Amino acid sequence: MDVILFLVFAIIAVVCAINVVVQSHPISSAVSLIGVMGSLAILYLLLGAEFIAAAQVIVYAGAVMVLFIFVIMLLNAGTEVRKGRSLMVQVLGVPLLIALLGVLAFFVQRLYPRSTVHFGGFRGGSALAIGRALFTTYLLPFEITSILILIAILGAIVLARKELE
Amino acid sequence: MIDSFVVITLIKVLVVFAVLMTTLAYLQWVERKVIAHIQVRPGPYRVGPHGLLQPLADVIKLITKEDLVPPYVNKPLYLAAPFLAITMALLSISVIPFGPEIKVAGYSTLMQLTDLNIGVVFVLAVSSMGVYGIALAGWASNNKYSLLGGLRSSAQMISYELPLSLAIAAPLLISNTLSLRTLVEKQAGGILQWNVLHGPFPQIFSFVIFLIAAFAETNRVPFDLPEAENELVAGFHTEYSSMKFASFFMAEYANMITVSCMATLLFLGGWMAPWPAAYGSSFVPPAIFAIAGLIALYHGVNYSRKRDKYTLPAFGVIFLIVAGILLLPVVQAWLLPLFWFCAKTGAILFGFMWIRGTLPRFRYDQLMGFTWKFLFPVAMLNLLVTGFLVAWFS
Amino acid sequence: MRVIVNDMPNGYIPIFIFLALAISFPVVAIVAAKLIRPSAPSLTKLEAYECGIKAASDSRGRYTVRFYIVAILFVIFDVETIFLFPWAVRYRALGWFGVSEIAVFLGILIVGYIWAYKKGALEWV
Repeated sequence: MDVILFLVFAIIAVVCAINVVVQSHPISSAVSLIGVMGSLAILYLLLGAEFIAAAQVIVYAGAVMVLFIFVIMLLNAGTEVRKGRSLMVQVLGVPLLIALLGVLAFFVQRLYPRSTVHFGGFRGGSALAIGRALFTTYLLPFEITSILILIAILGAIVLARKELE
Repeated sequence: MIDSFVVITLIKVLVVFAVLMTTLAYLQWVERKVIAHIQVRPGPYRVGPHGLLQPLADVIKLITKEDLVPPYVNKPLYLAAPFLAITMALLSISVIPFGPEIKVAGYSTLMQLTDLNIGVVFVLAVSSMGVYGIALAGWASNNKYSLLGGLRSSAQMISYELPLSLAIAAPLLISNTLSLRTLVEKQAGGILQWNVLHGPFPQIFSFVIFLIAAFAETNRVPFDLPEAENELVAGFHTEYSSMKFASFFMAEYANMITVSCMATLLFLGGWMAPWPAAYGSSFVPPAIFAIAGLIALYHGVNYSRKRDKYTLPAFGVIFLIVAGILLLPVVQAWLLPLFWFCAKTGAILFGFMWIRGTLPRFRYDQLMGFTWKFLFPVAMLNLLVTGFLVAWFS
Repeated sequence: MRVIVNDMPNGYIPIFIFLALAISFPVVAIVAAKLIRPSAPSLTKLEAYECGIKAASDSRGRYTVRFYIVAILFVIFDVETIFLFPWAVRYRALGWFGVSEIAVFLGILIVGYIWAYKKGALEWV
């Protein structure tokens, strides 16, 4: 059952990811990206990280992508204009891409020859385990995150200040 | 073993889905009746006794309506938006527990589709996806009213999601769990153990913040600006008709049910009775139904409209039978928790309708100012005070 | 490469079943409606709805930047709230330590919030 779900959502993720690049209208790309984020959340879930999966949906699919969609809606970003491609891109583009993927797969296989994919083997994904890790072992990174968020607030408002005044 | 699990799950899925759909249809009828009586008019009463068949008539009407797809829309997104809205709205129900673990014909099962370790966050995650249905519908329709309605609505939903999350986090400090079932079980033992009144810091402020944010999340009065008909016609679903319009409509009602269930589970002790059965709380539900039945019988005998002569006595008899069933010890184990859960959720749903019949609408700058400048800091303060007091008293 | 399959965190299977039902229901309803409803589009019916007047311009103009500011502030504070849930679940075990940790975390963010307030980013004009 898990393998079927993994295959289904892995395929959805890959197809959506390709669609992000292929689509010419920004809003279609953004919707495909939501699909990628959602399928990734389910892949996290299959690996046993349930809280991370929910956080992925809330933060990436639910918040970051809303911002993308808003920007596209507000700016009235239209369809991308396709420029004519050079002959080299047309002829060599796809073969080179496949070659690159092949090389990557080869090296991954070489680097981890006896690696194991273990569905549901990760048991530290519950909210309780994350709380334990976050508030004891990784306390300093956690507190620094808040400074990072503060910088984000400053940056956002400085960027928008011209419009505010 | 595995077979019985699958069979029980399938049965539960079908039962929950059927009950949910019926509730969605009849919630609309209840709302029209409540609003009508607030405004001193009878409401729907022509289709069936007391308009009880009105939902059926509405469904037939909506299915047979012409479905216009205007030529200037972005077709894939225009078609996908209502699906997204209704699917996400229905999905949250799957983690809501309606009652305790029960035994039916030798099998013990939960009165809930499934209990997740992260149930609370799951509902938040699913509801945060609901905003796309509205934003995309507004954009894809290529209509000024739709776009403005969609933008307004999604900005409002994300703004109120922040105080909503903070208001949910505060009672979790007392219960220390994200599982909705454990959350309710920790509130057992009477009304003083419910999170809304639980010591050391009663979560009454969180409850109020949660309800306000929930009204805004579901786009209900007084926060129904996306559908402000005097300025935006019908907001994001201006260009939708037939079943696609119905999908948005059902999504709104499904979201109402979800937030009411969440309020019940988080703050009002879920399916727990307000005081222990040892002090007679198990006699309250039969008594309520018996009184309702007797009142219906009385009005059936002294009828004011001619058709009441037959319908009201019939309702009276049904209520009395229900009261009798509730007294049977065999079914009390699962029927009483279900009663309390439905009563609490129903009370909150009634609150939604009452407020719709009472309050005017916000202005948009007031609406955004209210959440960003008041509700959000208050929710944050409430969370910090709760944390401080819980640590102090433990 | 070996693949081991354990159960995923228990209890998600019913959700997938329910999801399948929740997706198929609107599909069935809309397809069923397509079979029985009339279809008679006309030029007037298919116009953009603008209270009976012909649409003056395309709807997709540019809108106020306020919506963008709201969205970006939402992203920032949403990241903050997601941290609160593991904290709340772990709260009793952490004790006073937990209070001080989150007080520092929220304190820094409240400074940012007050600054944003002072700069007028929360005004909707």
